Amino acid sequence: MNSNNVAIRVEDVSKCYRIGMKEEIQDSMSASVLNFLKSPLRNFKKYRSLYTFDDAAPGKDSNSDFSAPSDIFWALKNLSFELKQGEVLGIIGKNGAGKSTILKILSKITRPTFGQVRIHGRSSSLLEVGTGFHPELTGRENVYLNGTVLGMKKTEIERKFDAIVDFSGVEKFLDTPVKRYSSGMTVRLAFAVAAHLEPEILIIDEVLAVGDAEFQAKCLGKMSSVAKEGRTVLFVSHNMGAVAELCSRVIWLEQGELKQDGFPSDVVMKYLSTSEEKVGSWTRPSDDGVIGRLAWLRKARILLGDDCSNSTIFRFNEKPQVEIEYEIKQKVKELGVYFWIRDTFNNIIWISSDNDKLANSEQIRNPGIYHSVCEIPENTLKPGRYFVGIGITGNPKELVEEEHQNIMNFSISDVGYPLKRRAGVITPFLDWKIARFGEQNI
Amino acid sequence: MNTSGTSSNVVTIIKPTAGWQLSDFKELQEYQDLFFFLVWRDIKVIYAQTIFGFAWAIFNPLVQIVVFSVIFGNIAKLSTEGIPYTLFATLGVIPWAYMSQGMGASSQSLISGKGMLGKIYFPRLIFPLTPLLSKLLDFGISMVIVLGVMVYFRVSPTWNLVYLPIFFMMMILVPAGVGLWFSSLAIRFRDIRFMMQFMLQMLMYSAPIVYSASSIPDAYRVFYSLNPIVGVIEGYRACLLGLPIQWIYIWPGMIIAIGIFVSGAIYFKRTEFLMVDVI
Repeated sequence: MNSNNVAIRVEDVSKCYRIGMKEEIQDSMSASVLNFLKSPLRNFKKYRSLYTFDDAAPGKDSNSDFSAPSDIFWALKNLSFELKQGEVLGIIGKNGAGKSTILKILSKITRPTFGQVRIHGRSSSLLEVGTGFHPELTGRENVYLNGTVLGMKKTEIERKFDAIVDFSGVEKFLDTPVKRYSSGMTVRLAFAVAAHLEPEILIIDEVLAVGDAEFQAKCLGKMSSVAKEGRTVLFVSHNMGAVAELCSRVIWLEQGELKQDGFPSDVVMKYLSTSEEKVGSWTRPSDDGVIGRLAWLRKARILLGDDCSNSTIFRFNEKPQVEIEYEIKQKVKELGVYFWIRDTFNNIIWISSDNDKLANSEQIRNPGIYHSVCEIPENTLKPGRYFVGIGITGNPKELVEEEHQNIMNFSISDVGYPLKRRAGVITPFLDWKIARFGEQNI
Repeated sequence: MNTSGTSSNVVTIIKPTAGWQLSDFKELQEYQDLFFFLVWRDIKVIYAQTIFGFAWAIFNPLVQIVVFSVIFGNIAKLSTEGIPYTLFATLGVIPWAYMSQGMGASSQSLISGKGMLGKIYFPRLIFPLTPLLSKLLDFGISMVIVLGVMVYFRVSPTWNLVYLPIFFMMMILVPAGVGLWFSSLAIRFRDIRFMMQFMLQMLMYSAPIVYSASSIPDAYRVFYSLNPIVGVIEGYRACLLGLPIQWIYIWPGMIIAIGIFVSGAIYFKRTEFLMVDVI
């Protein structure tokens, strides 16, 4: 086998869409009547223009600019890349960067406006879990239906049927219409079918963003086993942890163009560090809602103890601190200031309160401005992105309690992260004692 | 499947659509399992959670036949060249019921399947063709009425039955052609749905379902038979009742039906890859 075997070659692919233009608004009665009468023709032109792009052509060989008419949106601009057999490629980028568009083109769902794609080998796409599922059909029937929709042959499904059912864990309900399933069961069954696809090239959208934590872990596990089997995989995700863990190469798209292509750790780090969405601090907007309260949150930030650089990317072995500033107007009992951390799957990793270790008698705080600082332990959080929420509680609750969801975020880089592809929500470095029988502890 | 490297020699090239082509019916074969399951899903789902199930496939046309027999047969006393009106109406209503349902469902197939359309690729042709096959089951079941009525009126089969497959094929071809055109048009212009409603009504009265084609003046008869639905219904009557088949009034419709189907397939193919972007 030639080691240079190309599985997917994307050559100068561009794709444009027509976006809605503002309708004219008439300011006189007669003008609007006239406008109404002319509307069928206008509508016809408008809906026709959705699929004609004669005015958009950037000129195939000239140095194309994409500045064509204002209602044309270029989802992809001259994108080219190659994917070799056995590579696991991650595609990252912000919303609207063109990730879904390139997936749709690779899945043959839509065609590029310019350029072409060559795919060598049989490919399957998984842009959604449970495509074709019908609520009136039973689980068994939906397995067959969904399987064929994903491109399996009937005989293939028959062969794998028991394995699929096993994986899904819904064997008891196989002959029940899916509409009576809980949503979790439906997703499990659907994923079980998808997990038994065996194409040479697998194209996956962020289908992992559904289901509970356990299910997501199962999906990720399946994904990494697929990746290890040496199959060619193209994977689009917002989950930097998953991308860094699963992929052997990452492409970063920005506004339809290829921004960077390289090793997962490099690209992901670069992406995270330039991502504008990073927020390392929060300030209460001009005392809003504090009137009548006994205590309230004022500010919060995430930082490294001795560093003021405002960076929100930390190494696996660093100890960032969460600092919360709050004001107490009158003496409050049972006061606690807390924060929680969520991962990109929306799992709460933990909630920690500054009164966790205090006895009840110590939880009374007098008026004043305070700040509570908590250190996030090093060598614990997996590389990836985390969201922080903060809250305050006390007695009486209605005058103290407030919460602010996801107001800050930070990232843990995988630079120096030694536990590649380790499953688990967190990956703490724990202490072990190793001893041989008959000896003293080493 | 061997995943260790040796790739099957399939090369897929995805590029902008180029001009007019005929639909790729060969590709359909590759996806025949999927096609089968989609048809089967349609069938399973239609009468899901109903008490009478497939009996509805008999009940609906039956009511129509009774109503027509009373109104057009007994009250209006339309001439049917000596054929008992109920027998006459049955042979019109049943193929028409298939064709009208087929046209309606096929035209809406892409819109109602848009969830799948945007998430997975398979030949888009499967969408408009699926209802045409699944509705054949209803048609088959309602043939019970035809048999019953024929037995009741003591109609004995003749060699004309040999031609029945031709009209059966034509009965599928007509809604297929209309469905191909309208499903791809409906993607862009939702007007189609509203148009369908009155179009089906007009079509019903344009065809000899409640009245006899012989009541059309001879001078206009060929022009009249350009409507392929006329040919289908006349053909069914002639085959089942052993009447002479008037081919001269059937050819025009047949040619038109084939024309609509072929042009529909070409048009469908041309718009196939715009569908997802526009829907």
